[in-house]
Amino acid sequence: MSAQTSPLADAYPHRHLLGIEGLQPHEILALLDRADAAVEVSRQVEKKKSVLRGRTQINLFFEASTRTQSSFEIAGKRLGADVMNMSVSSSSVKKGETLVDTAATLNAMHPDIIVVRHHAAGAVQLLARKVGCSVINAGDGAHEHPTQALLDALTIRRHKGKIARLTVAICGDILHSRVARSNIILLNALGARVKVVAPSTLLPAGIAQMGVEVFHDMRAGLADADIVMMLRLQRERMAGAFIPSVREYFRYYGLDADKLAAAKPDALVMHPGPMNRGVEIDPEIADGPQSLIREQVEMGVAVRMAVLEALAAHLPTRGDA
Amino acid sequence: MTATPLLLANARVIDPARDLDAPGAVLLVDGRIAAAGPEALNQGAPEGTEILDVEGAVVAPGLVDMGVTVGEPGAEHRETLASASLAAAAGGVTTIVTAPGTDPAIDDPALVDFVLRRARDTACVRVHPMAALTKGLQGTEMSEIGLLKEAGAVAFSNGSRSITHAGIMRRLMTYARDFDALVVHHTEDPDLTGAGVLNEGLNASWKGLPAAPREAEIIMLERDLRLVALTGARYHAAALSCADSAEAIRAAKRAGRDVTAAISINHLTLNENDIGPYRTFFKMAPPLRTEDERQAMVAALADGTLDVIVSNHDPQDVETKRLPFAEAADGAIGLETLLAAGLRLVHSGDIALSRLLAAMTCNPARRLGLDVGTLAPGAPGDVVVFDPDRPWIVDKQAIRSRAKNTPFEDARFTGRVLHTIVAGRRLAT
Repeated sequence: MSAQTSPLADAYPHRHLLGIEGLQPHEILALLDRADAAVEVSRQVEKKKSVLRGRTQINLFFEASTRTQSSFEIAGKRLGADVMNMSVSSSSVKKGETLVDTAATLNAMHPDIIVVRHHAAGAVQLLARKVGCSVINAGDGAHEHPTQALLDALTIRRHKGKIARLTVAICGDILHSRVARSNIILLNALGARVKVVAPSTLLPAGIAQMGVEVFHDMRAGLADADIVMMLRLQRERMAGAFIPSVREYFRYYGLDADKLAAAKPDALVMHPGPMNRGVEIDPEIADGPQSLIREQVEMGVAVRMAVLEALAAHLPTRGDA
Repeated sequence: MTATPLLLANARVIDPARDLDAPGAVLLVDGRIAAAGPEALNQGAPEGTEILDVEGAVVAPGLVDMGVTVGEPGAEHRETLASASLAAAAGGVTTIVTAPGTDPAIDDPALVDFVLRRARDTACVRVHPMAALTKGLQGTEMSEIGLLKEAGAVAFSNGSRSITHAGIMRRLMTYARDFDALVVHHTEDPDLTGAGVLNEGLNASWKGLPAAPREAEIIMLERDLRLVALTGARYHAAALSCADSAEAIRAAKRAGRDVTAAISINHLTLNENDIGPYRTFFKMAPPLRTEDERQAMVAALADGTLDVIVSNHDPQDVETKRLPFAEAADGAIGLETLLAAGLRLVHSGDIALSRLLAAMTCNPARRLGLDVGTLAPGAPGDVVVFDPDRPWIVDKQAIRSRAKNTPFEDARFTGRVLHTIVAGRRLAT
């Protein structure tokens, strides 16, 4: 494949983006640099590029997610791709065989890039083995959400100028969070100090061996934090099972001004969205001056453009296929 | 209003928390212990101090009973906080820890606050509520352990209803650990107990009653202890009755687990034969066991495996007790007879007096993080004065509790409470 000669292909030598795990720090930084450039493209009046012109990008979402799906759609379109959204109800594809069947069907349509979100951890990897094109993991169960971690890193780097030696506190439902896992891997790879704050019922086993410091007390966990990263509490399946109630959760683990005061004065607040105001985060903080939540959405498009571009460098060039 | 300083002179002072058993005196000033023991002799006392010559009687920390059911709120006809506190005072109990199984169950911070306010306004002894471990004691959704603890709950229990779902119990223990909350659990597997109302064995077979095997207690306790090892929770078995349970606790302690265990005074002093001709005042959960089991539990108390003795005070009225044995409610009152019944073990030579008192004073206080249960200078002035050799007979008419369901009706005891003092004030006994 002649595309291997492009500098971007050298900087990111993988055909897929299935997770942050396995990426080298310089590969992550290359994607972030590319994304910085994509931010500028997005802020121009003329946003279209032709990197993916003539390419087909399928957004295959087995789980509803308006914001991630539209972010990938916009990113693909800005790069000139033909983007098709496929929403598949999870009930019709519960079995592994069905997922593989779906892959075979897709293969027959000759897409160039498939963006996949699936409720089961590992499903995206399975699909990637069965299709001939590039695959981007847009979230698989509680496993990984690599583009979210990249956009978080981009947001942080643009404000703090670096990732290394920053203290990042990730707070809330770590147990069910793919965002947390990808961020833990990425932040560690780039030399940040990572703290997690949650009740023990919302922490996975062995968390302390994942390169983080574990706290059950929010103020202790936020001490010296440069970045406070809140996670969504999936309240519909939480109350009574993992935590007693939303009001108790907010009392001990919700981010309010009082708890945020334990972090550094210039600490920045992030949230992957969608937020539950008054559950994991006080509205005043969510909409306050330390919040980067809106900016994260902008960075999401840029990061996805960067990733699509990086994978495009590995696609067969015109005339090859 | 400050209590007048009080000197209890000519006493045998026993303070298990300080390993003290010596002739001496106890001086109470401003509602607290000023001095207790030989050093309190001839030390002088503030002007106006009332001197009470106890004539060689034992002066010990007031008893702490962490196994008390009260009918308030919801069943005030059985017992109120006021009537329970009068019964406690009569028995030398100066601190009661109430079970959450009221109606409604104590599963909301506002209800903890209610109990504390009612106790402040109506009770003459100290009252500390335990809160429900699960909402409505249903065993499914965890209660607001953090908020309940902040409101004043000293421990968390599911009352007499064991939590059968191991996954839920694991999460409860895991969550409770973050808040350093003590999980108190009644270990009796309802599926294995079934309709059983007596200890499984020959006695139950002769009586033709459905029986509950010991394993209902042991299996659930062993499960809990495994979960303690998994979660690192602080755990207290509420009321054990079997030798194998004691052995399980012994092993868990040896392994360094943060576990303690209690036994009711009934299971230490009565056995299944006491039930006689279907006497429902002896019907309790867990059921009274065999004499061999009882003796094993007394030995487990003596060697420190069992930490706490509770009265398991559970007032039931005639409506719930005057029924055929299998249909009658479980439970017996016990606040007024707790110490006297315990002294039977001392008089029989099975238990040292200081060991008995430790299980009723400093051990429960320490487990609950309360500053009572000791005569150390500065501690709250909660004291029981009793004559360990004075005989008396339990008179049903004299029972202070609203309910009269005592298994010690007409019992002959040796050892009687003379005075109960809370915060330096003498209560009517």
